[in-house]
Amino acid sequence: MKQQIIVSGIGGQGVLFLTRVIAQAAVNRGMPVLTAETHGMAQRGGTVLSTVKVGDFASPLIRSGQADVGLLLWEANLQVHASLLKNSGVLLINSDTAEEGERIDASAIARDLGNAVLSNLVLLGLAVRRQALFCSAEECEAAIRQLAPAKFVEQNLAAFHKGLGSGNPDSLADS
Amino acid sequence: MTKELLMGNEAIACGLIEAGCQVATAYPGTPSTEILQAVIDRQDTAVEPLYIEWSVNEKVAFEVALAASYTGKRCAVVMKQVGLNVAADPFMRTAYIGVKGGMLTIVADDPGPHSSQNEQDTRLFCLQARVPVLDPVSPAEAKAMVSTAFELSEKYELNVVLRPTTRICHSRQNITPTSPLKLSRVADFQRDPTRWAATPAFLPQLHRKLNASLEQIAVEPALQPRLIAGDGSCARTALVASGIAYSNLVDLIDDLGLNSKVDLYQVLMPYPLSPIFIRSLHENYDRVLILEETYPVIELQLAHPGAVGKQGGAVPREGELTPDIMHQVVAGFLGLTAPEETPGERRGQRPSLCPGCPHRAAFYSIKQCFPKGIFPSDIGCYTLGMNLGAVNTVHCMGACISQGAGFYHAYQQDGDVPTIVVTIGDSTFFHAGIPALINAVIQQARIIIVILDNATTAMTGGQPVPHMGVAAGGEPTKAVAIEPLVRASGVEFLEVCDPYDKHAFETLLVQADAYTRSPEGGVAVLISRHGCVMDRKVLKSQESFLVTINDKCIGCRKCVDAFECPALLMDNDGNMALVNQDRCIGCGTCLPVCPVDAIIKEKKS
Ligand code: SF4
Ligand code: SF4
Repeated sequence: MKQQIIVSGIGGQGVLFLTRVIAQAAVNRGMPVLTAETHGMAQRGGTVLSTVKVGDFASPLIRSGQADVGLLLWEANLQVHASLLKNSGVLLINSDTAEEGERIDASAIARDLGNAVLSNLVLLGLAVRRQALFCSAEECEAAIRQLAPAKFVEQNLAAFHKGLGSGNPDSLADS
Repeated sequence: MTKELLMGNEAIACGLIEAGCQVATAYPGTPSTEILQAVIDRQDTAVEPLYIEWSVNEKVAFEVALAASYTGKRCAVVMKQVGLNVAADPFMRTAYIGVKGGMLTIVADDPGPHSSQNEQDTRLFCLQARVPVLDPVSPAEAKAMVSTAFELSEKYELNVVLRPTTRICHSRQNITPTSPLKLSRVADFQRDPTRWAATPAFLPQLHRKLNASLEQIAVEPALQPRLIAGDGSCARTALVASGIAYSNLVDLIDDLGLNSKVDLYQVLMPYPLSPIFIRSLHENYDRVLILEETYPVIELQLAHPGAVGKQGGAVPREGELTPDIMHQVVAGFLGLTAPEETPGERRGQRPSLCPGCPHRAAFYSIKQCFPKGIFPSDIGCYTLGMNLGAVNTVHCMGACISQGAGFYHAYQQDGDVPTIVVTIGDSTFFHAGIPALINAVIQQARIIIVILDNATTAMTGGQPVPHMGVAAGGEPTKAVAIEPLVRASGVEFLEVCDPYDKHAFETLLVQADAYTRSPEGGVAVLISRHGCVMDRKVLKSQESFLVTINDKCIGCRKCVDAFECPALLMDNDGNMALVNQDRCIGCGTCLPVCPVDAIIKEKKS
C-alpha cells in the first residue's frame, strides 16, 4: 500500500495539524510514513503545503502529477498545487462555490462549531467519507484523540464527524 | 520502544539526549529552531544532567558549548546556516585546536531558500574550515548520525558538523527512540596552554595534526559512500547524491522502473571526501551524475572528467533540487524521455504580518510620518513591513543600524539628509544590534532607531529574549532590560510607546526626527512596545472589539492595500471593504486608517 497526499492552505489554517493526524494514523497502523511541511515566514498567512507519503518511500517530497489525494483548505491554492495531483487523483476543496473537484464549505461548518480553524478536520472527514485516504474513520479519530489538546478533543471530533457525514445531499441521506 | 512520529529536528534532539549530550546551546533560526526546543521538551528523558541555553547569538552559543567540551563532556551547538557566519570566528579556530568531549555543531541549511537571506552551503564552509561534515538523507538517519558524529569527534578530538537541510528538519518520519547512554563523565579540564591557548608558534603543528586526522577520517570505513549496485545495464555510469537529493533520487529511480539498473552512491560525509571513493569513480566510471544541495562540494573534490553536475550547468546551480527538477536532470543524463515542462515556482500567496500585529501599527505610522524616509530593517517577522512600504533594506542580523548610519554619512556629505528610520526587533537587537548602536552613536549618525519590542522571538515561535528574565524551559533568570543598554550606549533621546496608540507614537516619531536635526542631536531611539499577538497571554490581556465596516465606506482600499491587515478584504464587487471575523482579533488599530471613519468598533457583548 502506497499513498501520496498533499495538504494545501495558508498559514494559520491548521495545515500542520491535519498533516500530523494523517501521518499519525499511518504510524498507528505500523506503516512507514514521511511528511514534509512548511515552517517559517510563510506561516504568517502565506501559502503553505504539506506532503504525506505513506508506504515504502525514501523522500517526503512529491513530484508533479504523482499525488493520489489533494486536501485544499484554501481554494486559491488550486493554481499553485493542483499540478501535483495525478489525473486520477482525488481533489477535496474547502470552498463555498461549486466548481471542479469535490467541495465542501468547511469554513462555514467550522464557524458554526465555534472556530474557523476546525475546517481542517471537516475536510479530513469528507476525505474519509469519500474513501480517498488509506485510513478509516476510526483510525482518524484515534489519531485526533492522540494529538489534540485534551480540552479541544471533543470539538475536533465534532468537526471531523461533520465532514464525515456531510458533503452533497445524497451522501447526507445515507449517513 | 514503540515508533513515534518525529520531525527531523525532534529526531536530532532525541539523538542528542540518547548520545549523552550534557550541554546544548542554540540561537533560534528557521529551519533549525525546533532542535533545541525539542531538547527542552524532552529533557526529562535524559539520564544525566543536561544544561540547555538559548544563547544571545550563535558565536556565544558556540563558545559556551566549546568550553564545555574541553571538560570532557559531550556537547552540541545548534544554528541555521547563516548563524555559522556569526560563529565563524570560533568555528574556524576550533578546527585547529580541537575539542575533548564530543562536540557536534548542527547547522541547518535552507536550500531554496525558504526562510533565509541566502542559500549558502555549510558543507562548503566546512571544506574551507577543514571540519568533517555529515549529510543525512532522512530524519531517521539524522538521528543515527548524531552518535556517529560524537564518536568521530571523540576519536579525533575534533569538532564535527551535522548538516540537515530544511527538508530533513521539517519532515516527519516514524522513528524508534532508544534508551539514553549513561557516560558518567565529570567535568575535568586538563590545562594545556600550548593547545587551548595556542599562540602562532604552536599553530603549524596543530594544523599538521588536523591535516593528518582529516586523511584518516576520509577513509573511516563506517563513513564511506554506500553503493546500491546496478545490474550492469548502464555500464560505467554512476549516480552520486547526498542529503535529501539522495532520497528524492531513490524514489525517482523507483518510479521510473530503474531499480537496480544503475549504480547509485550515497555520500554520507561530503567533506573530507574519501580518496578511495574518488579513485574508484575515476577508474570504474566514464559518466557520473552528481546531485547535491546547494553547492558543488562533492563535485569539486571528485574532479571527475566525466562529471555531470552544477559546474557544467547540467544540474541547476540555484534553488532546491526538487523531485521535478531531478526528474529532468536524470532523464537528460540517462537519455530517457524528458518529463513535461515542470510548473514554475509554487509561491502562491505572500505572507503578511498577523492580524493585530503591533509591528503593522508601527510601520504604518513610520510610513505616514516620513513618506520620503529611508527605512533599513532587519531579520524577523518584521521584514514583512516591506508590504507596507516601511522596509527598504534587509541584510543580515543587526545590519540595519549600521546601514542606517551608512546612509546618513553618505547623504550628509551632500547636505540634504532624509529621515532615516531603522527598525530592529528585540531579539535581533540583543543578537548583533548593540555594537552597531554604540558605533552609530560615537560616529555621530543622526538616525531614528525603532526597537520593535514584542518580548519574544516571534518569527521562530516565541523563544525567550534577554529582557524577559526567562531561561530555556521557562525557569526565571535575571532580566537585562533594553532601556539601560540604550542609555549606556550614549543615546540621549529615548522614548517608549505602544504603537497601538497611533497619536502618541506618531508624536514621538516627529519629536525624534526633530531631535536628530537639532544642533546637539544624534541617535534617537524609540522603543515600540506591545506583546506579540501570537502569545495567548497577550491576546487575553488586551481588549478585543467587534470591528466592522459601515456603509460610509467609499471603497478606497486604503485599509486593504496600505495597512494590509489580512483580516481586511474587499467584497466581491470591490466596492466596499469587509472584516473577515474569522481572522480579526478586534485590536482596533485599523480605525484611524480610514479617511471617512467607516471602520467602527463596538464593545463585544
Ligand atoms: S481590528 Fe482591524 S487591524 Fe485589528 S485585526 Fe481586526 S481588521 Fe485587523
Ligand atoms: S473602510 Fe475606509 S479605508 Fe477601507 S476601503 Fe472603506 S473607505 Fe477605504
